[in-house]
Amino acid sequence: MKTLSRFYIFLIFLFLYAPIFVLIIFSFNDSATMSRSVWSGFSMKWYSKLFQDRMLLEALRNTLVIALIASVVSTVLGTSAAIGINAMNRWMKRVVMNITNFPMVNPEIVTGVSLMLLFVFAARGMGNASLGMISLILAHITFCLPYVILSVMPKLRQMDPHLYEAAQDLGCNPVSALFKVVLPEIMPGVITGMIMAFTLSIDDFVISYFTSGTTQTLPIFIYSMTRKRISPEINALSTLLFGTIMVLLLIINFRNNKENKAEIAGEEEMGR
Amino acid sequence: MKAKSIAAPYLVWMTIFIVVPMMLVIGFAFTDRSGAFTLRNLEGVGQYSNVFLRSIWLGALATLICLVLGYPLAYIISHMKAKRQSVMIMLVMLPMWMNFLLRTYAWMTLLEDNGIINTFLASLGLGKLQLINTQGAVVLGMVYNYIPYMILPLYSVLTKIDQSVIEAAQDLGANQRKVFFKVIFPMSTPGMISGVTMVFVPAVSTFIISKMLGGGANLMIGDLIDMQFLGSAYNPNLGSAISLVLMVIILICMGIMNQFDDGESNGGGIMI
Repeated sequence: MKTLSRFYIFLIFLFLYAPIFVLIIFSFNDSATMSRSVWSGFSMKWYSKLFQDRMLLEALRNTLVIALIASVVSTVLGTSAAIGINAMNRWMKRVVMNITNFPMVNPEIVTGVSLMLLFVFAARGMGNASLGMISLILAHITFCLPYVILSVMPKLRQMDPHLYEAAQDLGCNPVSALFKVVLPEIMPGVITGMIMAFTLSIDDFVISYFTSGTTQTLPIFIYSMTRKRISPEINALSTLLFGTIMVLLLIINFRNNKENKAEIAGEEEMGR
Repeated sequence: MKAKSIAAPYLVWMTIFIVVPMMLVIGFAFTDRSGAFTLRNLEGVGQYSNVFLRSIWLGALATLICLVLGYPLAYIISHMKAKRQSVMIMLVMLPMWMNFLLRTYAWMTLLEDNGIINTFLASLGLGKLQLINTQGAVVLGMVYNYIPYMILPLYSVLTKIDQSVIEAAQDLGANQRKVFFKVIFPMSTPGMISGVTMVFVPAVSTFIISKMLGGGANLMIGDLIDMQFLGSAYNPNLGSAISLVLMVIILICMGIMNQFDDGESNGGGIMI
């Protein structure tokens, strides 16, 4: 039984990782653009080609700018929204939460085209404006918001509601009570929401595809590369992205382990 | 408490970027190019019923395969030591961090006519197979991209099953098979439901996977919508009508799925 389940795990992981490793191996292929899948020697030429690609660098810059603005704005807007929604009566809360959840259950492509209709409409209203960075940022904030709200909400529910009142009794005005008491209490949820927003924004293709006009983000650039018949540069790009993610995850994991160990050690200390 | 008012900016945002765009989709679906009311667009959707059926069929097939492949894996992982479990789950999630365009592109390299699989078959003296541009390739791409969304909710439900419930069943005379079918399987329904939803919704509405792996002959609903908004067949009114029908289909499917849930709790799922 044990060997059987080991073998099964091996097969599934082979299925999940084989394509990625093939991609990585062929990023070092010295082929003269004839085929994606004939090995003709080791070379780094696709990497150097990649870094000379000005379109790519611009797409990368756009992606990071959008992700940064979208994650910050959606975190601020979403956190305040969660605090407000939490104070609403039951009926109101239900209506607002259902509308908030809507973009998450709706197929992405429908959200994409609906926003596209809105932006085209608005652009026409403003004369000869066209879709671009601004529409992309607005769209990204919109699809990040529900994730921020949903990661902040549970923290608010866990919080003792009397804390806020106690702070006011002790002389805080509502605003400073919010910043001094409520915000520190829900901070873990806020940070999770922001990280989620950032990664979702970087990775998004479908909604960006419909709201970008002619502006390129990294996923849109990748898409246009896959449309060309043969472009080994894309393998090099995938390898770099995969490597970056691996390193980031390892660092996060390592730090978490360290923190856990520190926490356990701290508790033991307290126990004594 | 006046904390409610802090949600006001979000409510405005939600109205402009969620409610209004949906109204626009509905409005476009029921009007013609000059803006007059018409039902022609919705009637026009009827001529694509084969595309709808194909999308639902392929999406359902991919979802079923994900469930059949993912359940044993989630089960095996949930019975490992805690430390092994977190490593395994990280390995399941890792490919998700790579943009799905790149993951799909990787399969193009493997499946194409002169791709790695065919080259390998040829070197064994076997004939070439038509792999890419088939429905099978589209389903494969969906399974590959979305299987983590099936494994993760299943895993989170399976680990939460109280061990003493299983022991109780054994004490009461159930053998291993009975324990699984009478206790573990029914208790994991919430995970199955959220897994099925999380795979089916993106699978039905995909347009990139079918475009990259299915060639031109295997159009899906997403491709149709794409064509009406950004493609050659520019007709946002018809596109909106198709989007509307897609949305209704998804909502109906989710309503049916929720019937299976006994309403106790939705285990780690993202549902209304």
